[in-house]
Amino acid sequence: MSAQGVALFHTTSAALRAEKLAQKADIAGKLIPTPRQFSSDCGIALRFDWSRVDQVKAILEMARVEIAGIHPL
Amino acid sequence: MIYLDNAATSWPKPPEVAQAMTDFLACAGGNPGRSGHALSIAAGRLVYETREAVAELFNAPDPLRVIFTQNATQAINLALKGILRRGSRVVTTSVEHNAVMRPLRALEREGVQVTIVSCDREGFLSLAGMEHAVQPGTSLVTVTHANNVTGTILPVAQVARMAHRAGALLLVDAAQTAGAVPIDVQDMGIDLLAFTGHKSLYGPPGTGGLVIGDRVDVSALDPLMRGGTGSRSEFEEQPEDLPDKFESGTPNGPGIAGLGAGISFVRSRGIAAIRAHEIQLAGRLIAGLQEIPGVRVYGPEDPVRRTATVSFTVEGFRVSDVGLRLDEGFGILARVGLHCAPAVHRAIGTFPEGTVRLAPGAFTTPEEIEAVLVAIRTIAQP
Repeated sequence: MSAQGVALFHTTSAALRAEKLAQKADIAGKLIPTPRQFSSDCGIALRFDWSRVDQVKAILEMARVEIAGIHPL
Repeated sequence: MIYLDNAATSWPKPPEVAQAMTDFLACAGGNPGRSGHALSIAAGRLVYETREAVAELFNAPDPLRVIFTQNATQAINLALKGILRRGSRVVTTSVEHNAVMRPLRALEREGVQVTIVSCDREGFLSLAGMEHAVQPGTSLVTVTHANNVTGTILPVAQVARMAHRAGALLLVDAAQTAGAVPIDVQDMGIDLLAFTGHKSLYGPPGTGGLVIGDRVDVSALDPLMRGGTGSRSEFEEQPEDLPDKFESGTPNGPGIAGLGAGISFVRSRGIAAIRAHEIQLAGRLIAGLQEIPGVRVYGPEDPVRRTATVSFTVEGFRVSDVGLRLDEGFGILARVGLHCAPAVHRAIGTFPEGTVRLAPGAFTTPEEIEAVLVAIRTIAQP
């Protein structure tokens, strides 16, 4: 399996929106509990193939979904 | 039984609505947005899907600016109390529901200046009066898309242009129209759209929302309530992120899932088709009522200029007696009285007695309308 990354959001709604936007762009994403090393928040995060990180950032920026953090796993 | 009280709440609901609510409880029982486990995400996803469906239905660009509330009333309260401060100026019409008038009267006591633009006896807004009332310094204009007594549709897009020229925002109460009359928030210039889920969107009671447009500075919009959102839990201050800023506490997940199914029903049938069906029913109802001696119909004669809601009175009969006879004698369910909208009844000249209101919906048939006309003809015999 290739290296994975995770995008963090301020709200669950934003994470769910991000998952759908990624799906539309053919990026396989999975919502996972936010890893505690990256945030003290109780929400969910989008895990994706880290090689697509630039594309993920671009899609979310275009849809004005604020990213709270984006990290390799 | 013939149900003609769809302006109060639609009935029956499409079977998919109850199914979606049952499925939510059975299969997605987690608390949406509170945990990262499968059931919480499943619940969050169902809520989010409805958010997106609402945004698409009203052509709102950003689903995260769709705020779920218990009903249109809560959405209207959020917008009015969130924006208006002591000294603010707000302009409204003389055909608003108490959902608008009661919070406005309370705000007036706190120092908000309220200007009311009059409407004629058919419920149409004086555009000259609106133009005159909306001046620079006005913070907000709030209008109903269609009132709940005569169904008269107001020219929202024209009012939006007047509001925006003066630097004001436009709030629209779409309780009577969302799902029954096409609404495009971008085309019509609606900055805040308050809608209910349980009327023409065919969802369950306890659902509704506020769609917030780009012109609204959400940092200046106060929430009605503050509390847990599942986000930024390390802070004891309310988060500014949308939709969480305005959605504290566990949401009505099963209701919102049901609303999603209701919206799917509306979209699959098509708002244009539902609208055409209701125009046909209202047209026949108005024409048939006008032929009955002693019956007076209120609002515009042209069904294209109104929703399907039709109000009437019968000379020499109390509205409560007409309503009771329709119910007991014919199994026809209508709503009589003031319909929580004394302002509208003052405008059309039926205060304080009120009217008998017949409100067909997507499931009403032409045969039912004929049966209602026969019943009213029988009741109205002197």
